Amino acid sequence: MSPRKVWAIAKKELKQASRDPLTLGMLLGLPTVMLLMYGYAINFDVRHVPLAVRDLDKSRESRELVAEFVNSTYFDVVSDVAAGDDLDRFTERRIAKVVLLLPEGFSRTLERGGSAGVQLILDGADANTATTVLGYASALVGAANVRRIQARAAGRLDLAPIDYQPRVFYNPELKTTQFLVPGLVGFILMLTAVLSTALSVVREKERGTLEQLRVTSLRPSELIVGKTLPYLAISLMATVLILVAARVLFGVAVRGSYLDLFVATVIYLIGALSFGLLVSSLSESQAMAFQVGMVTSMLPAIFLSGFIFPIRAMPQLVQALTYAVPARYFLVVSRGIILKGGALSEYTRDMGFLVLYASVVLTIAYARLTRREV
Amino acid sequence: MSSVLEIDRLVKRFGAFTSVDELSLHVNEGEVFGLLGSNGAGKTTTIRILCGLLEPTSGRARVLGIDVAKEPERLKHAIGYMTQRFSLYDDLTVIQNLRFFGGVYGLKGARLREREAWAVQIAGLEGKQDLLTRSLPGGWKQRLALACAILHQPKVVFLDEPTGGVDPISRRRFWTLIDELAGSGVTLIVTTHYLDEAERCDRIALMHASRLVAYGTVHELKDVFAGRVMLEVACARVLDGQALLEREPGVFEATVFGTRLHVVVADEQQGRRQVTDALTRAGLAPVAVERIVPSLEDVFIHCIEAEEARRRAS
Repeated sequence: MSPRKVWAIAKKELKQASRDPLTLGMLLGLPTVMLLMYGYAINFDVRHVPLAVRDLDKSRESRELVAEFVNSTYFDVVSDVAAGDDLDRFTERRIAKVVLLLPEGFSRTLERGGSAGVQLILDGADANTATTVLGYASALVGAANVRRIQARAAGRLDLAPIDYQPRVFYNPELKTTQFLVPGLVGFILMLTAVLSTALSVVREKERGTLEQLRVTSLRPSELIVGKTLPYLAISLMATVLILVAARVLFGVAVRGSYLDLFVATVIYLIGALSFGLLVSSLSESQAMAFQVGMVTSMLPAIFLSGFIFPIRAMPQLVQALTYAVPARYFLVVSRGIILKGGALSEYTRDMGFLVLYASVVLTIAYARLTRREV
Repeated sequence: MSSVLEIDRLVKRFGAFTSVDELSLHVNEGEVFGLLGSNGAGKTTTIRILCGLLEPTSGRARVLGIDVAKEPERLKHAIGYMTQRFSLYDDLTVIQNLRFFGGVYGLKGARLREREAWAVQIAGLEGKQDLLTRSLPGGWKQRLALACAILHQPKVVFLDEPTGGVDPISRRRFWTLIDELAGSGVTLIVTTHYLDEAERCDRIALMHASRLVAYGTVHELKDVFAGRVMLEVACARVLDGQALLEREPGVFEATVFGTRLHVVVADEQQGRRQVTDALTRAGLAPVAVERIVPSLEDVFIHCIEAEEARRRAS
């Protein structure tokens, strides 16, 4: 392989890319836009749930419990419900998603050491949100109970208070964006790397320049490396942009080593770029390459990688399919490095699969692209 | 004169379809060789085999002594090829295209700069180096494509329909360029379906439906009518006239040429009389007859019809 010839191809690719703001924009801008869109849109967190309160007790205790809900920032009190009001009205007209009912005698029952009832009425139309809200409410009431027990224990029985302090590791606030960013990196890189190489090769097929190149003394390996390197560089730049955007917009920092992340990303990208070459060898037109590339890279990277749907929850057959999806392995590694601060050496199995994927796909693509017409 | 290209019983099949059937010919050094035929006659397939892009089904082809099927990589250093569409990068400038192809051919340093300057000069693109190739008129693009294809100074150059879609003046300029190259010792194999271009070739081969049907210098080919005379006949209802004359004894061939007939007879005086009488008797007057020199087109029509007759017979 002659580095001079590889460089001639790579330089040409870069010049063409720089003359084509649409493609360059797609490669560099789209990832960030997608991060924004998905980052804000795919958000399973529930905050500021509209809450209506009917406090018939109007005691210090009852107000404390309501304050507990408000201070959590998960709930906003939108309305006070008077004694005779129709409760359905609030949920039906969607004034509030949740109604908290504190009965008369709430504080008195508590004083007596009895268990006072609190009622929560929940709009269950959006099951996901309802489940989450229910979880929050239970946790808040639970926390209030804990405090009461502690106070009582400290005051009367001198028992050690139950120190209930749940802790969540890696993503302490259980924020979905945190969890999604590594997945997005995998998905976006897959998409742009596959499409950019596939389109750049098929464009030459369409224009007839590939035929011209094939009569030159250029080796197929020189052509392939020369065509892939610029897109590898551009994809790495896109990765940096995504990471910066994730940091600035969502506060997601890389906890592990940047070098580890770089190595993992490069290996993942080599697989994706090779897959793009394979797509180009199967397509005769740019439109076809685009479609094939979209379907075969985007869909598995979203649905079969564990990005959104956990692999363990999939049917057996689909689980088996996910082994052929490189985004699956990259997701494990990138989540590990970005969120947990893990080292690459902890992920030898997943990295092994990524290397295997890249070598198999590159071999097939190479064989298909260099085969002489018969 | 030594031959730089030898084709011996070359066959190329795509499934059941035979694209090139038992083609044998040779091309001499420094020659401009024309490969003619209609679309689908097998010209491009032949060229692609000779450039090492396609593997022949059987038969042999050697270019500069290199077997094209066995050593396609060695072959590629020695030849230049300009594909049907001028395969340049539209979104690069003139000089970027030249540098790119130079790089791909492995040219560097002083040699690259010298070849670039040469290419710009022969393409007539001085001062236009920084224009986007997209913005160039067809004739310039075509000369630039040729310059790119021969930057590495190959001894043999294949041009596949180099003048498609180019205006007549540019076509003439292009042929002057071809003649200059041939004068410097380069062998050129050109496919075309323009007959005026065929007339400019040293020798030509005509392919029809995968087979070679005529082969030689223009002068030799015109010899198919040797000893016979071609008459151009004007009459009413030329199609009826043709049907009539084809059955007339002493008429070898009668072909429709636009609004006239081209008729081959043995003797001018006797032929004139015979044709005039037969057409007048059939009520196809007024009749005008003139002796003409057969053109290359007449030769090709003759060859193709003879080939079709042979096929029908077998």
